[in-house]
Parts: sequence; C-alpha cells; structure tokens
Amino acid sequence: MIETLFFDALRSAVGPTAATYALLAIGLNIHFGYTGLLNFGQVGFMLVGAYGLAITVSVFGGSVWLGVVVGILAAVALSLVLGLPTLRLRADYLAITTIAAGEILRFLVRNTSSDPFTGSVFGLRQFAGDFYAISPFSGGSDYLGPLRFSANRMWVTSVGWGLVLVLSLGVWALMRSPWGRVLRSIREDEDAARSLGKNVFLYKMQSLVLGGVIGAIGGIVFILALQNVTPDMFLPQVTFFAFAIMILGGTGTVLGPVLGSILFWFLLTGLQSGVRTLVDSGAIPGVAGGQAVGAVSLIAVGLMLMLLMIFRPQGILGDREELRLDVK
Amino acid sequence: MSSDPNVAMSSRPVPAGLVGVAHEPGVGKPDPVLVVDGLRRSFGGVTAVDVAHLEIPRGLITGLIGPNGAGKTTLFNLLTGFDTPDEGDWTFDGTSTADWPAYRVARAGMVRTFQLTKALSRMTVLENLMLGATGQRGERLLSALVSPAWRGQEDAIRVRAEDLLVRFRLDHMRDQFAGTLSGGQRKLLEMARALMVEPTLVMLDEPMAGVNPALTQSLLGHVKDLRDKEGRSVVFVEHDMDVVFEISDWVVCLAQGKVIAEGPPSAIGANQEVIDAYLGATHDHSALRRERRRKRDEGSEA
Repeated sequence: MIETLFFDALRSAVGPTAATYALLAIGLNIHFGYTGLLNFGQVGFMLVGAYGLAITVSVFGGSVWLGVVVGILAAVALSLVLGLPTLRLRADYLAITTIAAGEILRFLVRNTSSDPFTGSVFGLRQFAGDFYAISPFSGGSDYLGPLRFSANRMWVTSVGWGLVLVLSLGVWALMRSPWGRVLRSIREDEDAARSLGKNVFLYKMQSLVLGGVIGAIGGIVFILALQNVTPDMFLPQVTFFAFAIMILGGTGTVLGPVLGSILFWFLLTGLQSGVRTLVDSGAIPGVAGGQAVGAVSLIAVGLMLMLLMIFRPQGILGDREELRLDVK
Repeated sequence: MSSDPNVAMSSRPVPAGLVGVAHEPGVGKPDPVLVVDGLRRSFGGVTAVDVAHLEIPRGLITGLIGPNGAGKTTLFNLLTGFDTPDEGDWTFDGTSTADWPAYRVARAGMVRTFQLTKALSRMTVLENLMLGATGQRGERLLSALVSPAWRGQEDAIRVRAEDLLVRFRLDHMRDQFAGTLSGGQRKLLEMARALMVEPTLVMLDEPMAGVNPALTQSLLGHVKDLRDKEGRSVVFVEHDMDVVFEISDWVVCLAQGKVIAEGPPSAIGANQEVIDAYLGATHDHSALRRERRRKRDEGSEA
C-alpha cells in the first residue's frame, strides 16, 4: 500500500502539472523573488497563454505553433496593460490590480456572451493535435516503469520539464548578469537604484513581461497536457499555490521554484492518496466522500507549510542570513 | 574637531573663485555648476521651497544649512528629480534638467545620497558599488544573456569598485551583505557608491548624521578629497556647525524655503539673520553649543 502511495505521489511530482506550477513559480520568482513586484494574479498570465493558444486553434483554425505565439503575445500585452499604470506607484497597487485582473479575465472567458470564442463554462478542446502529431513517443502506457506514463503524457511531460530546464538556465544567466543586479537593487530599494541612474520603471516592466510570459508558457503546457481548457481551471488559488511553491523551494533562488513544485505535488498527491485510502477504510470517523479527501489533504499541506515557515522560513534552498536582513 | 569655531573658520581662506563675490542671497558666481531660478514647491498650504535665484560654485564645497523644516531635503529632492516643483527651472552644467526623471539626472552627473541611508541590504558591499557604474552593457536585457558582451567591462568595474572600497576602508567587508554594516559604514558605502557614477556634482544629505566622532573625521576627509583630489563639486546638508565651518568654501542658509544668507563660513557665522533664524537668539552660537554639550553630558551621566 505504501508503495502505491509513493508511486501516486511520484507520478504527480514528475508530471505535467508539477512542470506547469514550476513554470508559474519561475515567473513569480522573477517578479517577487528578484524584483520585489507583488503579483497576485499570476493565474491571469496563465489564462491568457492558455486561451491564446486554444482560441487560435479551436476557433480560428490556426496551427498550435501560431497559438503558442498568440498566447505569449497576449501575456506581453497583459503585462503592459497592468504595468503601465501601476509600476510607477507603490508595490501594493500592482498587487491589487493583478489579483483583480486574474478574476476579471476568468469571468470574461466564462461569460455566456464570450461563448463563440471561449466556449464559456464548457471551455475549448481539440487544439493539441499538431502538438501530439510530432511526438516521438508511441505505444501504450509503459513509459517510466512503474509510473506507467502514456505516450502522450510522456511527450508533454518531456516538453514541460524541458522548458523548465531551459528557462531556469535563462534565469540563472540573467540573474548573475548586471541586469539581474539592477533587478535585485530595485527589490532592495528602488530610490537607491534611481539615484544611481537606473531607469527603474523600465526594469520593472521588463521583469513583469518576462515573468508573465513564463506564466503563460505554464498555462500552455497545462492545457496541452489536459487537451481541454475551462475557465474554472484558473481560480485565484492557483496563484497562491505558485507562491507556496516558490516560498517552499526558496524565494530568489534559481532552482527553488523547480524543487518546490516537485515537493509540493509529491506531498499533496501523496496525502490525497493516503487520506483517500484511510477514508475508504473508514479509519477517519465523520469524514466521507471525495470532497472531504481534497479538504483534509489541503489542511495537511497547510499545516506543513506553517511548520516550514516556523522552522525554515527561507525555504529549502534559501539563505537564512539573507532573510534576517529583510527588515527595512 | 576644533571646539573654537573661529579657528575652524580661519582654517580655509576664501578660494580664488569666490574672492570678490558679494555675501548676499542669490549672488552670481563666476563659474556655477548649478543655477536655480524661481523654484517653488508647496505641500498643501506650506511653501517648502521658494528659491528666487541660487548658484552653486563649481569644484568647491557648498554647505547648505537651515533649521528643521527649512526645505533643505525638499530642495535636494527637487534638484535630483525625486520630486516635481510647482514652478521653476534650473540648469546643471549648462543643461536644463528641470523636467528630467531622477535616473537621467544621475546619469548626467548629479548624484545624491540620502539622509536615511539606503544600503541595498541583501546585496554584498561589492555589488552595491558595482551597481553604481553607468553605461553598463550587461544591464541591457538581451546583452545580459551573452556574458562575453559584458564580461570585460564587468572586470573593469570590479577593479574600480575595489579601489574605492580600499579608499573608504570597507575592503574587509567586500563580500558581506550590506545589511550587516554599521550606520557609519553605511554612510561610507553610500558615498563610495555615489562615486561609482563618476558625478560632477555630489549632493550629500546629512552625511555625518548618526556617525560617531572618530568616523566623522574620516568622512570629512573623504568629502574634502572629492574637492581637492578629484575636482568634484559638493553640496551637503549638515546640522553640525563645526563640520560646516571646517570644510565648506561657501555656505547657503535656508529658512522657511527661502535663501536668507550666503557667504563664506566666516561671514555666515557673523550674519545676524542666520543667527536669528538658525543659531538661536543667544547671538553666540559657540556658547549655545557649549550649553548643548553640557546638557548632553549631563544626560549621559544620568
């Protein structure tokens, strides 16, 4: 039984959802971890990436590659719309605006009047054909040994983690450069950066666009894996899972979001699986049904995050010394 | 530090560039680095700055004094682009920079420090300094990805930063986070960082505030070096009159946003308006200071 739990958890930890959340958290880490921008609407970037792709293919009959480009451009546009009015203001304005924008976008695609383009609550499907057509994997569910990934899942997983690898390398290269140094100086004190001749607004905008585009790529990977997209995949809690993942792994570290996502999904799925087993066997009195399984495992994840914050507030890869100085 | 202000005042003669310049508010100077005209800034009903005309001499140290709320820091904020005036114009090095954002003003060579020091806490001391260099190729997003594009320049900047760290005696802290520095070391760091920009005019907002007396002397030495060894112009705000009189070539006194007096330290020390507005009604500021010291000493014994 323990073995089943372990493989359930591992299947989730290396799967496309974990890769998606790693991408979301990599984007957030550029925003928050390196630049100090409080983006509470990362899910909005994920949404425009996903719907940019799905609408281009399902509604307008474009190729999946054109869809990816449209999704990324939509994220750039969203960053500009959000950033231009708020990045000159104090940090909290961006936070309020982004959390609202995420919800506005979700209701927009959910609305009945958007039905011809977004399929409203039913969403869109059949946009991933081109993507799976070039898959080098074929055959049955016999990939990764005991994890038993199907050929399609194997393909989207490889692409997802491949993107995580490439983008993490990109973040590493950028953050050791003078450009990354300016970003970190803005996080520490943007007036000091200004007084040294840095165009703070421009750098914040670049950071917002870059992290937003990576969030959109996360959304694209997510819906390619599921092969359908519906508005309620993009609830605000997605952003907070991504924040939890980033903090778990270590804010402001290159590999923190990646490690955080793997660990988060391992724990969450493992717990869900464990709780379900216990509930089914009647070991937990008063708890029954699928809803309860989700709730109990989220409570457990919440507790674990609290323990982490108490005993290792800097995350797994963070530097405690650095955190101690985080008092202005 | 001299306890007799008369000795301090006579320690530096009026520099050649300012001989014959009248000791009156808004007086013209032979070669000003900064010229301010009709500058006004009010907050609600309070006029914080109302400067009709002011010229800052080039290559010299100008002390800016005035009681609390006189508008010294607001004037700094306006001139360096950190605040927007209601009206007024100024030229820096012959160019009007009145509508420029702060980062452009800094790049043009007018660099400020802050009254409340802004050390970049979670960056190392060396990184703090290296950030200051202007025109870095690696600060552009696309070149940043290609390290050969900026590696050579980066090495040159590091050498310059390390030289400055040695000069400001911070080299032993090179790889420490700036957040671990003491208050005085942060003042040194901020001054050194400002120099990385290679400024023409350095604006220091209370560089000695909260610094222990031993470090004050070394900070004073650094400020004098800016003028004597590097030929930069300096404007600084300071409340300690001994310091102001010891290193300034020229002193400007603000009160309620207006320039009420200008002149060399010796003239300012004897100016009746300055004494009334700032130094207190006793008409004898050295006595005033002795009194203040006595009280402070009593306070520390208690």
